[in-house]
This record gives sequence, C-alpha cells and structure tokens, in this order.
Amino acid sequence: MWNWIQRFSSPKHFYGMSAMIIPWFAISALLIGVYGLYLGLFVAPTDYQQGESYRIIFVHVPAAWMSLFIYMVMATSAAIGMIWQIRLADMVAAASAPIGASFAFLALVTGSLWGKPMWGAYWVWDARLTSELILLFLYFGYMALQSAIEDQRSADKASGLLAIVGVVNIPIIHYSVEWWNTLHQGATVAKFDKPSMHIDMLIPLLLMAVAFKLFYGAVVLVRTRNEALYRDRNRRWVRELIEKL
Amino acid sequence: MNWSEFFNMGGYAFFVWTSYALTLVVIVLNIVSPMLQRKKTIARIKRAIKREAVINKSSS
Repeated sequence: MWNWIQRFSSPKHFYGMSAMIIPWFAISALLIGVYGLYLGLFVAPTDYQQGESYRIIFVHVPAAWMSLFIYMVMATSAAIGMIWQIRLADMVAAASAPIGASFAFLALVTGSLWGKPMWGAYWVWDARLTSELILLFLYFGYMALQSAIEDQRSADKASGLLAIVGVVNIPIIHYSVEWWNTLHQGATVAKFDKPSMHIDMLIPLLLMAVAFKLFYGAVVLVRTRNEALYRDRNRRWVRELIEKL
Repeated sequence: MNWSEFFNMGGYAFFVWTSYALTLVVIVLNIVSPMLQRKKTIARIKRAIKREAVINKSSS
C-alpha cells in the first residue's frame, strides 16, 4: 500500500498521468457549463420576489461553494504533505490557492452585485460576507507565505499551518446565516430538508456547480504540473523532459 | 420572449450581466495564467541548463 502511494504520488508519475486526464475535465466542464447556462438563463422561471436579478445565483453560488471546497482541498493537501511528507500534496495545495482566491473574489463581487438591487447596498458587514472576506484573506496569506519564504520546505510548512488553522472559518461561513441574524438569505440547497427551490432553478444551479468543480479539476492539474516542473527543476526527469521540448 | 427583453433582465441588466462578465473574466484568467506560468517555468529551466553547460565547459 505504502509503496503504491509512493509511486503514484511521485511528481514524475503524476506529470505523465495528468496530461491524459486534463482534457476530459476541461471538455466535460465546458459541455456541462454551457448546458447549465442555457437552462439558467433561458429555461429557469422568473423569481416571484427577486425578478430576473436572481439569475446571478447561477454564478454566485457555485463560485461561493468552490471557494469553500478548494479551501478544504488546499488545507487537506497541506496536512497530508506535512504528516506524510508527500511532496505532490504540497504541490496541490500551492496550486489550489490562487484558484480558490479567484473564486472567493468572484463570490464576493457577484454577491455585491446582487446585494445592491436587493438590499440597497453593495456591501454590508454581515456575518456571511465578512467571513467570506476572511476566507479571501486566508488565501492571500497562504500565497504570500509561499512566495515570501525562499526554502520550499519551510514555505510549505508555514503556509500549510496557516491553511490548517484557517479551516475554523469554513463552518463559520456555512452556519453564519443561522447563527447570526444576517441580511444574507439562508440556505436553500445545502440543508437536511428538501431544498426549498424550484426544480427548474435547482437543476441549472447544480449543473453549474458540477461544471465549476470540473473546471477546477482541470486548472489545478495544470498548475500542479507547473509546480512539479519548477520544484523538481534540478532532478533528472525534468531535465530530460525539458530537453525534449 | 424576445432578445431585447432577455438582455434587459427585467431591469436588472447591469447587475446580472456584470456578474456574468466578471465570471467569464475569472474563468479566462484561470485558463491563461497557468499557461503563461508553464511557459515561464520551462524557459527558466532551459536557461539554467544552458548556464550550467557553459560553466561545465569552462571548468573542464
């Protein structure tokens, strides 16, 4: 088992395998995303309270979900890298940070563009919004530590520790709409009850969420490959590969 | 539903379309930036290989 993990987590092996997987992630993300957009913009009915403005949900909610999901991937990989010294896990964590940051940013901006017509303000210091903003800063902190520390192992340790400690923010974001009396609306999908959302709105939302996940899959693999090349730049497999290019 | 009605988004056109446009920007940047990063990394390693070759020659 251990040998198997060691072999499959070697950057060299990963580099070869990932090249075959990336196109599948990318193509399915595109197809599902286009279909989800079509359903969301043309088929889903108008909301009886929020009119057409609610259609922002089809990009806002998947982006917000991704910002949380990618954070968990990043923190878990950082922990695996720290505990079992698997270098590939540290590479995945480092590759995830900028993608997660971009989705956290997107969730905040699209939320702000939804808040203006619905609440009358682009920004309020609401618990949900504030905790999501902290998530964005956690990503920035991780990236800053990665680039500021010269020695790769120390950089992984310091930034990984930040990522792991920052996990406490994840349940805070999720439950903020229940724990505090927020302006942000409560959960409509991720709850134990049946989702309180019309099925014609729910399906495009879930399709978009799947498309975003697949997109992340493709991008994180490309970024991890770059990390592998850079971190192993003095190793033979990279040298042989580069000379062939 | 006609197209102008569709683009008007019930009067929320600015908010809805800005959100979708920003999403597109974020997705495109997420595609382009790792591609550029790859090019840069490969160029950097190639330079290092050349440099080492020069050093090895002069020392031998």
